[in-house]
Amino acid sequence: MHDKPVLEVRDLQVDFPGRHGTVTALSNVSLSIAAGEILGVVGESGAGKSMTGAAILGLLERPGHIAAGEILLDGRRIDNLPDHQMEKVRGREIGAIFQDPLTSLNPLFSVGAQLSETIRQHLPMTKSQARVRAVELLAEVGIPAPSERVNHFPHQFSGGMRQRVVIALALAARPKLIIADEPTTALDVSIQAQITALLRRLCKENGTAVMLVTHDMGVIAETADRVAVMYAGRLIEIGAVDQVLRAPSHPYTRGLMASIPALGARVERLNQIDGSMPRLDAIPPGCAFNPRCLSSGPRCRMERPDLVPTAHSTSACWLHAGGTA
Amino acid sequence: MLVFIIKRIANAAMVMLAVALLAFLIFRLAGDPVELMANEQMSQADRDNLREKLGLNDNFATQYARFVVNAAQGNFGISYRNNQEVLGLIAERFPATMELVLVATFISLVVGIPMGVITAIQRGKWYTESLQFLSIIGVSLPSFVVGILLILVFSVSLGWAPAFGRGDVVDFGWWSTGLLTSSGRAALILPAIALSLYQITLIMRLVRAEMLEVLRSDFVKFARARGIPRWRIHFRHALRNCLMPVVTMTAMNIGALIAFALITETVFQWPGMGMLFIQAVTFIDIPVMAAYLCIVSFIFVFLNTLVDIAYAVIDPRLRAR
Ligand SMILES: Nc1ncnc2c1ncn2[C@@H]1O[C@H](COP(=O)(O)OP(=O)(O)O)[C@@H](O)[C@H]1O
Ligand SMILES: [Mg+2]
Repeated sequence: MHDKPVLEVRDLQVDFPGRHGTVTALSNVSLSIAAGEILGVVGESGAGKSMTGAAILGLLERPGHIAAGEILLDGRRIDNLPDHQMEKVRGREIGAIFQDPLTSLNPLFSVGAQLSETIRQHLPMTKSQARVRAVELLAEVGIPAPSERVNHFPHQFSGGMRQRVVIALALAARPKLIIADEPTTALDVSIQAQITALLRRLCKENGTAVMLVTHDMGVIAETADRVAVMYAGRLIEIGAVDQVLRAPSHPYTRGLMASIPALGARVERLNQIDGSMPRLDAIPPGCAFNPRCLSSGPRCRMERPDLVPTAHSTSACWLHAGGTA
Repeated sequence: MLVFIIKRIANAAMVMLAVALLAFLIFRLAGDPVELMANEQMSQADRDNLREKLGLNDNFATQYARFVVNAAQGNFGISYRNNQEVLGLIAERFPATMELVLVATFISLVVGIPMGVITAIQRGKWYTESLQFLSIIGVSLPSFVVGILLILVFSVSLGWAPAFGRGDVVDFGWWSTGLLTSSGRAALILPAIALSLYQITLIMRLVRAEMLEVLRSDFVKFARARGIPRWRIHFRHALRNCLMPVVTMTAMNIGALIAFALITETVFQWPGMGMLFIQAVTFIDIPVMAAYLCIVSFIFVFLNTLVDIAYAVIDPRLRAR
């Protein structure tokens, strides 16, 4: 892909100063997403996926802040914008979808009111124009009888339908980038596939770049074009989905792959990686994954590997960087 | 739903019966009504006559039942002091107290809600911390001290507002209002502020606590992600989700304010029910005292029951069928 990327994150570092010293929640995160491309971001809970999304949206919880690196949207730096300018970026240029559609909507306003509010916040439209647009958006995300439903309140929608409303809200001003943070995790399994398919269709139709955060490799396989794997606040592998899924090069990615049942194959039990991810204030020296890694060697315990290109993807592992662990 | 409403009303009726019993006991314990009403020249026969007429020879239960039935019809007897219908006396004073209480409630909402929002969203700034601190003083200062301070500063030193009375009033049927004359409004302002001070701090603290809770919710985070400006999120999305408990507390506290008004009315010589009650106490005017107790309790219980029922009606789980 040779297009200029819609989103470019370079060497992002996020710090949380605290009473017991500063905790670095993200470090050296670099990624980019082109128009019409879906980048899946996977990793165990606590790996820093949501944090990456929050940093891009400028919604880090205080005292968290971007300590190093830069974030570019269409080539323009947005990581250092003051809040009132960032308000014009959020919703207008970057749309967001969060995990829980049941709590993402204000219970006291009709979905039409919330859609119109978002539309008029970003686009020069009259009330009635925004109303028409709201109905179009609801139709676009597959809500039946949209001209009726626009007057309904959130509690009158099912979980799946509410997530469609949330997607409509994220799309309201036709943003260039959508950050979807586990958009299907809170939904019934039967509905998950519909929602991811909808996201994919909308992204391809509108040429929207999507960062799809999930801890489900299956969702990545079905939806994403490229995938970034995170571990303990760092990217450890990034590459095209078919390449990474076929030939994961980082031992952690391999472990994640082994934990999803292959299609059609009968599995006796899911393989989980032994151990758990370290806390941010207790990350071991060297490669953060080395205590759990089946292939680790002495070098892994002393030096941290950088991301380097391998045959199929880019990964941070001494097995590929120096040939020896 | 209907069962719930009936239950609540039955509950309220029980409470009122208990209050009536208390009021009735005051009658019995405060001494012989005949002695209190009679003058020196009355003969023993006249006294016995009066005793019979007042039904004081009947047994306790009969007298109590008669008291309840009469009270339910608004008949609280004749004032010992000036031989007027007690209900008429109270009705005459009721508008003054209600006006004071409603204006105080209005002030406490208009001042307390924005203060609650600001102390929640500007948490940690020096001015919100000082507001918080001041609010503690506001809660702990006795209201007669506040009243006297207000009089000293604004009436005595500055001469901006009168220190006592109600000013000129305009009558609408049995209701008299001071809101339509400038002297009435000027007289109202200081007592209303004195009465609202405690309520302001209560509302401010409630709004602050609710706001802090709501601001943590996902829909606020999502509204930020949609690019809705901060002030709009705070004052439209978040505040609106805080108002239910505020409305509840305000409605319930109107009863409490009527009771508190007793002190404010005394300090400012405000011709309301509270003053009437204080005068009744000094003259041991039992029927007025009993009627005041019953009427204030009734307003209290009525508002509480109304709020309870309103809650059940508004609760979305019941509304959503
Ligand atoms: N307010 C905070 N202060 C300090 N650390 C935080 C804070 N919020 C999250 N973290 C830490 O940041 C890490 C990344 O969290 P997150 O991005 O939510 O993970 P996930 O990949 O599951 O989305 C976690 O280890 C979490 O403990
Ligand atoms: Mg997360």
